[in-house]
Amino acid sequence: MHPILKLMVQRIALGLLLLLAVSAVIFLGVEALPGDTAQAILGQQATPEALANLREKMGLNEPPLTRYFQWLGGVLTGDLGTALTNGADIAQSIGQRLGNTMFLAGCAAVIAVPLAILLGLIAARYAGKWPDKVISGITLSTISLPEFVAAYFVIFIFTQLIPIFQPVAMVFPGMGFWAKLNAVALPVIVLVLVVLAHMMRMTRAAILNVMQSAYIETAELKGLSPMTVIWRHALPNAIAPVVSVVMLNMAYLVVGVVVVEVVFGYNALGQYLVDHVTKRDLPVVQAVGLIFAAVYIFLNMLADVIGILANPRLRHPK
Amino acid sequence: MADPLLQIKGLVIEATSYPPGEPPKEVTLVHGVDLTLQKGRVLGLIGESGAGKSTIGLSAMAYGRGGVRLTGGTIHLNGREIRLADAKALRALRGREVTYVSQSAAASFNPAKQIMEQVIESSLSHGLMSKTEAEARARALFKKLGLPNPDTIGSRYPHQVSGGQLQRCMTAMALCPKPDLVIFDEPTTALDVTTQIDVLAAIKEAIRDTDVAALYITHDLAVVAQVADDIMVLRHGKMVELGETGQIIHRPTQDYTRALVSVRSLDHVEKAPAPPILQVQNLTARYRGTNFDVLKNVSVDLPVGQTLAVVGESGSGKSTLARAITGLLPPSAGRITFAGRQLSADLAGRSKDDLREIQMIYQMADTAMNPRQTVGTIIGRPLEFYFGLRGADREKRVQQLLDQIEMGKGFADRYPAELSGGQKQRVCIARALAANPKLIICDEVTSALDPLVADGILKLLLNLQAEAGVAYLFITHDLATVRAIADKIAVMFKGAVVRYGQKTDVLMPPFDDYTDLLLSSVPEMEQGWLEQVIAHRKMESAGN
Amino acid sequence: MRIPISALIGLVFTGLFLFVAIFAHWIAPYEITDVSGGQWEGPSAQFWLGTDTIGRDILSRLIYGAQITIFVALASSVLAFSMGAFLGFLAAVKGGWVDQVLSRIVDLVMAVPSLIVALVMLSVLPLNLTVLILVMGVLDSTRVFRLSRAVAVDITVMDYVEAARLRGEKWGWVIFKEILPNAMSPLVAEFGLRFIFAVLFISTLSFLGLGVQPPLADWGGMVKENKDGLIYGKSAALLPAAAIAALAISVNLVADWILTRTSSLKGGRGG
Repeated sequence: MHPILKLMVQRIALGLLLLLAVSAVIFLGVEALPGDTAQAILGQQATPEALANLREKMGLNEPPLTRYFQWLGGVLTGDLGTALTNGADIAQSIGQRLGNTMFLAGCAAVIAVPLAILLGLIAARYAGKWPDKVISGITLSTISLPEFVAAYFVIFIFTQLIPIFQPVAMVFPGMGFWAKLNAVALPVIVLVLVVLAHMMRMTRAAILNVMQSAYIETAELKGLSPMTVIWRHALPNAIAPVVSVVMLNMAYLVVGVVVVEVVFGYNALGQYLVDHVTKRDLPVVQAVGLIFAAVYIFLNMLADVIGILANPRLRHPK
Repeated sequence: MADPLLQIKGLVIEATSYPPGEPPKEVTLVHGVDLTLQKGRVLGLIGESGAGKSTIGLSAMAYGRGGVRLTGGTIHLNGREIRLADAKALRALRGREVTYVSQSAAASFNPAKQIMEQVIESSLSHGLMSKTEAEARARALFKKLGLPNPDTIGSRYPHQVSGGQLQRCMTAMALCPKPDLVIFDEPTTALDVTTQIDVLAAIKEAIRDTDVAALYITHDLAVVAQVADDIMVLRHGKMVELGETGQIIHRPTQDYTRALVSVRSLDHVEKAPAPPILQVQNLTARYRGTNFDVLKNVSVDLPVGQTLAVVGESGSGKSTLARAITGLLPPSAGRITFAGRQLSADLAGRSKDDLREIQMIYQMADTAMNPRQTVGTIIGRPLEFYFGLRGADREKRVQQLLDQIEMGKGFADRYPAELSGGQKQRVCIARALAANPKLIICDEVTSALDPLVADGILKLLLNLQAEAGVAYLFITHDLATVRAIADKIAVMFKGAVVRYGQKTDVLMPPFDDYTDLLLSSVPEMEQGWLEQVIAHRKMESAGN
Repeated sequence: MRIPISALIGLVFTGLFLFVAIFAHWIAPYEITDVSGGQWEGPSAQFWLGTDTIGRDILSRLIYGAQITIFVALASSVLAFSMGAFLGFLAAVKGGWVDQVLSRIVDLVMAVPSLIVALVMLSVLPLNLTVLILVMGVLDSTRVFRLSRAVAVDITVMDYVEAARLRGEKWGWVIFKEILPNAMSPLVAEFGLRFIFAVLFISTLSFLGLGVQPPLADWGGMVKENKDGLIYGKSAALLPAAAIAALAISVNLVADWILTRTSSLKGGRGG
């Protein structure tokens, strides 16, 4: 087998193993924490009989490992169980909301990724000069803002100072694409702001790192123009680190999305998760938590796989 | 005489340095150097680190590395002033009229591109030839430089060829656009000694056949004597002496040059045989997780108060031998006897006296001393640890040791960062001496130092041996050092000892093939030496 | 030694916040739960920064909020630090299976974003300050572990550590005399970054209603209480938001300065 193929298979297998381990932690680890699901549902005033009944009904008396494998089997076949609070089918509830979350995160990514790379390039090209200082100064401040703080500043600016947007982001099935876009404009601005800073700073560092290599000096001493040097010699070597930066920050997006959805009352997965954490609805929390974890692990795996593919030493073994 | 190719007058080069914890300050690297180079001639620039030789070399391309600024004087190339030329004019001459060969070709080639694409790049970007012509020329150069498979090596990636081959590829890259001037910046320094000679011969032949002019920068006078027509000796950014090669190496006029020329002439008369302090018998070792032996059945003896030099190139297993003796790498077979008692294979099983009596000095004094400890603590700790010395007694003994390494007062409170390279190595020697050892293992202790400084360290080690009767296991790749210090020699090649005995015997013919190659590869300060050696070799170099 | 102006600003503001947090009880004009005015009153001589959604003095709540926010963040980052640094050094010095087990556990925890892990845990655990500090501290210790392990591994391969081992020194000397003095500066800078992270984390949790519980409030909780006012043009929510940003930026400036100093202080190399 080609060594690169072997490495990729290894990396993907590792990702799947990690996901399995995470699912076990989400299910069994939470079981081990002090807290009682039946008590959580019925409240402090519940009679012992009612508690026992509920435990029996929910299968809580089975050993945890058995229940884990039942749960895992359900997850793999698309059956995520029912919510404790209202008995709704979890898979169905997630299905609608997942699309909304993807739409929001996708819009943010489409804007943030090219913008971050462009700004990162500019900052690296003028490292230490004023464009770099301006960009770095602004991003240092935005890095220090939690998502919800950035969100309320953005809301204040665009609904009070320059009232052009609505402070809530309502989307519903059957809404036109442009109407949807207009509705998510504010949350997208916030997400871009939050992700951009990290992504741009790391892109800048990755490119500067490549630009300090001896082979860049060799290229300059060949009398090549600065653009040729960057395009032909820096870029092929910067792809892997920049892709890895982008993927890593898409993971920030996963977290950002949860908070931003709550701020804007956007009916999607993050809001659904937070809602049910508050209501202590464990099956929902476990299912949604697993989905977020899976996305995050997948993005990290993708970053590594692209890194392997872009490495000339691996692509052309001795 | 025609107009010179390169004429530098009153060159001043400055840079900003950033000392830790202090405000940045301006330093002058080159103070008004003049230099003239005619077409087709080779000028050697020689000096120790900090002499400004690379900085001056790169100024021929009007290039300042890492924020270095060419602040004064004139640089004329082919009759045009280039120090103040704009970026466009500089791009037009770099890679066309002047090209550059660096010390580390491995870092200077783009890892993501095939070698051929990089070799012909400047010929194409300057519109000097068509792609077919350029590739044909590159292949011809590969062949001239003695590269294997010259027709296909261009399609390989840099990590797929060896260091010596890559250095030759970089020479091809520099020669491909038919420049007027090539700057060679220590092109063989990073190579093993037997590989260096091949690359050196290839470079010399290529320079002669293409009739290109060259600036050849190196710290090794014997190397530059093989390729240069003239030699300029530099020190602290100033010219010390300029002359024709023969004159510089045979009739130097300045003290500094004389010191450089005589640096390798230190000679040591071997001592009479004596009973061994250290016996290594049939030692075999491998690193965990590997499946081959890095030491194969090694047996050597080291007499009391004498020096055993272990010589070999990188990968020969000489440093591994040291690790096995210290107990850091427990051997899989064989035994080590020290002062009449058998040593435990691993570190944990050795007594405090075992540890005390065998001390170690490292190649990089920088990393061998804790940067957060003062010299007094560094030397004082073994005194406290082994002998329980404290307070005034300890301070007194530290000062004695400092006197022994010829450093005098006022150093005990300094930190390693405040010392020069030679001083750092001396402190490491004092730390070893503090334990009152019977054996000191010296692992390439002079190879990171400038020749004159290294000479001083060797003399100090010899004096200390005469005073304290300590034995040295001296690991080195440099045969000149061996001549200067050894009583016995073991030559190692691929994990085994291929030749072993008293110094005079080992250095006396008839030789085995590898020892012959190794001995003959050491550059001698003699013009024409290179051609003679190449003509008489029995064996291709080991690592190229 | 000169301190750059940005670091100086950071130091002054960080000090100011700490001062306010420590002496909140003496500085705040009202108690944290006092309802003494109307809803969302504007700034006045009586309420310098106005009142909040149920008429409490915002300035007083901001001052007490500083105390709670900084206390929780500091406690959890101290916990994260002592745990992470100890285990990280242990893994680096011991190596072998100790390193393997610790590193794989940390990989597992870090495979999921901290916020998601925290949300899953908080859906079961009771909501009080001790639990919050424990959850945040444990999750954050994984990052400290990675850094201290990496720093220590870099140092253990140095010849001076080998020299100490060859001398016969015990592990205690190796860790405390050879490794720790050289690892201090990056760890101090990291402490600043972990503290910022903890401030942002506790604020976010409180904002989501899963952190500090009413009637107590940290700054994140204050944003949550007053966020509806924004729609009516009442900017009460922006004050605690600005406080979070100001604290985070100040500490960031200090940490940045320490980080740049460390790189030049690493010493020994390149001499």
